Formats: sequence, C-alpha cells, structure tokens
Amino acid sequence: MANLEKKAESYEFVVERGAVRAFAQAMQSDNPAYDGENAIAPPAFLITAWRWAPEGGRAQHGIPRARLLHGEQEFVFHTDPPRVGDVLTVQEWVSDRFEKVGKRGGVMEFVIVTTEFRNRTGAAVAEMRSTFIGREAKGDQR
Amino acid sequence: MNAIPKVGDTAPDREFGPMTTEMFVRYSGASGDLNPMHYDRDFAQEAGYPTVFSQGMHSAALLSTFAGDWLGAERLRRFHVRFRDIVWPGDVLSCAGEVTSVEEVDSGHRIVASLTLTRQTGAVAILGEAEFLLER
Repeated sequence: MANLEKKAESYEFVVERGAVRAFAQAMQSDNPAYDGENAIAPPAFLITAWRWAPEGGRAQHGIPRARLLHGEQEFVFHTDPPRVGDVLTVQEWVSDRFEKVGKRGGVMEFVIVTTEFRNRTGAAVAEMRSTFIGREAKGDQR
Repeated sequence: MNAIPKVGDTAPDREFGPMTTEMFVRYSGASGDLNPMHYDRDFAQEAGYPTVFSQGMHSAALLSTFAGDWLGAERLRRFHVRFRDIVWPGDVLSCAGEVTSVEEVDSGHRIVASLTLTRQTGAVAILGEAEFLLER
C-alpha cells in the first residue's frame, strides 16, 4: 500500500488580503484581526488552499462520492496564524487509514489526510487534518 | 493585561442566523467549495434532501468566529471540529464555550476550550475544541 500513500504534489498558496476579508465576511466576523494590510488568516481559511491545488495536488482518499462524509476537521498553528502577504507551500498526504464496524454491522472506512503549510524558509507553520468517512454500503456490500 | 482564564469559565452567548441560502453562497464563493448541494435546490432534491443545506465548514467557520472573539484570534493555536448535524436554511445557531484546561508553559499559558454550535432544535451541529496560547 505504501505506493498509494505517497505525498501529493506541492503547490503555492498566497494569503491574499481580499481573500481573507471575503472569508471573514462569510464567517460573519467583524474582528479587526482579519482586516487590513497586517491581517491574520482566520483558522478555517487554510482550507481555501484546496481551490488552488493543481492536478495531482490533492491526496486521494479513494472513497466513492455517494458514501463520502466529512467527519472531522482540524487546524493546527505552530506559531501565530499566517498573515496577509505570506507565501506558503502546501503539501498533503494520506496519513492514516482504518476501518470500524458501523451501527448496521457494515464496515466504515476512515481516511485521514494531513495537509502541511510551510513558509518561505521551509519551516512548517500550520497543518490541517481532515477525516473522511466512507459510510457503510447499503446491504453491507462493499 | 487580561486575567488568565480559569477552568469552567464560559463565553458570552452568541447566536448566528436565521441562516439563509445567501450565506451558504457567500461561503461557497469565499472558500472555493462550489458543491451545488449548498445553493441549487433541484440538485439537493435529486440527491434526496428536502432542500439545500450549509457546508459543514461554513458552520465550523461561524464557530471559529465566536472562539476567536472570545479568547483572541491571534492567540489561536488549534481548532478542531466534528460535524454532527446538518444546518438548514432558517436555522438559528447558538454558540457556547467553556474553558476545560489551563496549563502553564514556558511562553505563557495554554488554554483549551470546548465549543458547541447548537441548532434551535437542541441538536448539536458542530462539536469543537480550540486551543489558545496566552503569551506572557
């Protein structure tokens, strides 16, 4: 399985002032921390990196769309949150796969994707962990 | 300097909503998540849902607004959410937060808070946890 879990292609993610402001508006925040030329990115803003992922930039969880659930999401900041103007390098990979028996006795798949954000000096500044769940197939078919 | 929070401290109440499709669209545009399930009613109904519903991350982002305003957006070091229930148009969402742990570290204090985003029905839509670093 090791060859399936290799890292996806890395790509650039610029923390843009207008994009941060628009995200703050969507989260109904008037916090001044998210506004202006020295604004920080709101925590969930990291997930907007995905819109800039090139072909091959996303880790493949492999769960069919009809059974796919987004179960959990985590954002970790190793230092102050990224600021407007920061140029980050994003790379992700499948960091764990496991199965559990569901309520109906079928198998539920869990796939954890880790997405790492590095600054221009190569230091890891933030990380995202996404838990994708493949629900039990109907009639316990896989 | 602000006082260090204590275990059991709670956040001031805050509500979002009633939620509208316009809010879902705004989040779609801001996030780049263009799944039509959240703004195209025909699409949602063909998929077996009564109507469109909020992106889980949209509701999570609202909870992060609440958490950042409470203990400091710039001090946030971790934000974790579990998606528990669907948020529909018309829903009114109540936020709650409580400090669950305060730990002294070299650079200051590490504060952990539990968070919930609850629908008007009483069902928890998002279960969250946030960690903040209050530097000396």
